[in-house]
Amino acid sequence: MKVKSYRADFPILMRDVKPGLPLVYLDSAATSQKPEVVITAMDNYYRSMNANIHRGVHTLAEEATAAYESARAKISRFIDAGSTREVIFTRNTTESINLVAYSWGRKFLKDGDVVILTEMEHHANLVPWQILASEKNIKLEFIPVSDDGLLDLAAYKDLLKLEPKLVSFTHMSNVLGTINPAKEIIDLAHLAGALTLVDAAQSVPHFPVSVKDLDADFLAFSAHKMCGPTAIGVLYGKENLLTAMPPFMGGGDMIRKVALRSFSPNELPYKFEAGTPAIAEVIGFGAAVDYLSGIGMENVQAVEEELITYAMEQVRQFPQISLLGPDAGSKGGVLSMVMDIAHPHDVAQILDQHGIAVRAGHHCAMPLHTRFQVPASTRASFYLYNTPEEVDKLMAGLAHVIKLFS
Amino acid sequence: MDDLYREIIIERYKDPQFKKELDPHDISFEDENPLCGDQLRVDLRVDETGMITDAGFSGHGCAISQASADLLMESIIGKNIEEVKKMTKQDILDLLGIELGPVRLKCALLSLKVVKAGVYGLGEASDALVED
Ligand SMILES: Cc1ncc(COP(=O)(O)O)c(C=O)c1O
Repeated sequence: MKVKSYRADFPILMRDVKPGLPLVYLDSAATSQKPEVVITAMDNYYRSMNANIHRGVHTLAEEATAAYESARAKISRFIDAGSTREVIFTRNTTESINLVAYSWGRKFLKDGDVVILTEMEHHANLVPWQILASEKNIKLEFIPVSDDGLLDLAAYKDLLKLEPKLVSFTHMSNVLGTINPAKEIIDLAHLAGALTLVDAAQSVPHFPVSVKDLDADFLAFSAHKMCGPTAIGVLYGKENLLTAMPPFMGGGDMIRKVALRSFSPNELPYKFEAGTPAIAEVIGFGAAVDYLSGIGMENVQAVEEELITYAMEQVRQFPQISLLGPDAGSKGGVLSMVMDIAHPHDVAQILDQHGIAVRAGHHCAMPLHTRFQVPASTRASFYLYNTPEEVDKLMAGLAHVIKLFS
Repeated sequence: MDDLYREIIIERYKDPQFKKELDPHDISFEDENPLCGDQLRVDLRVDETGMITDAGFSGHGCAISQASADLLMESIIGKNIEEVKKMTKQDILDLLGIELGPVRLKCALLSLKVVKAGVYGLGEASDALVED
């Protein structure tokens, strides 16, 4: 494993949680840590080229605009988009999905139309559709999740008979770790005449994703889960779809011409980027994509596969712990645990005393926890900078929890 | 290392003394901690002088929230509801004997919040009930 060299790229991983207690960061599904190159890129922007973009003609504005747009080009190549016009900057996955619901949904969905979601969605891919459904008479249908954490594709095929307009689903579950067969889901949707939206918040950061191979119509992800800064994300959309959609927010940058009583929208992608954007964050995002491309997403995936396989083997020593989700092999680096004897908050708190950062709660997927009849779970999630030794520390921490509570 | 998990907290969590529903009861109130989905119901019996004669809690939650509920039930039995209305965050921290950060404080204070919303006869519990 080449992991040691990746670790050294992340300054925060050098810190102790308390003196003498090194940080074991196992909460990357919530947000990843940032490598030095990303921090430096943002710092450089503020130190040497800070200016508003797209409007100024002075040198700083030219440099900042070039840096901003070159980041868009890198991200576009990273997901194999057809052109930079298909890469819209938003704040995050949540905003990207809301953009589609607000702009495409309000224009193209009509009374009685069906939208298919799944039972394993993050609230970000549930609530925007619920809001839309409360305004228009739209029917939401859900692909069920099996006991071993997989989507029931037979049930999906039945649901497609309802002639849905959209199938919106998560590429990888942030709780179960399940990697859904996105290509198959999209092909089936297209055969049934539906468009597709992929919540790629947990996939683009962790394995190679090509919007072209998937033939996804829309795809959403966040920089902060892939070594980039917070508050910057992407909505990918096929150009013909984005062209037909009305603007999401109005203001500066998104217009071509404005009169007192009318405006004409700017071309793509600017039509959907109203107001001064998160310039430093976009530049940081570009640096994150450079960093990950330099390593190779296959290599990122390989590290995580090794870690989750090892962690799932090791956790079996504790009969008190049951796991949510499928077996290693069909899942990403997410280990969600349920313990009858201890509440997830207590588990996470005791692990914190060992320097281990995990997440406790429903991870913004309350309906999924309801499906598995547990109020909450404890989630350890891995990224390229984690090591088998950290898995061992997690197991030692879990042993301590069990000792305390049995 | 386990300062937060003092013996009394673990003991009360594993073997609570007042985890029960009271039927009939004079006051009952239920609330959730939206951050973690924990849920707590408190039932009280109150005599004509306003004294609490029995108290019980039910629901699910972490060791901190369950232990503080158990200790709180014990401490309010025999108290007048007017006294209970005056209880604060500090009373709970004294019962638990620990310091808590902002996230876990919410767990610890859930039971007091529920009790106070109940004795005040409110429709909804609010954090303002347990702020000092
Ligand atoms: C599957 C999934 N979808 C959506 C989101 C929302 O991402 P963000 O909070 O960056 O909008 C997350 C992150 O928590 C996620 O894991």
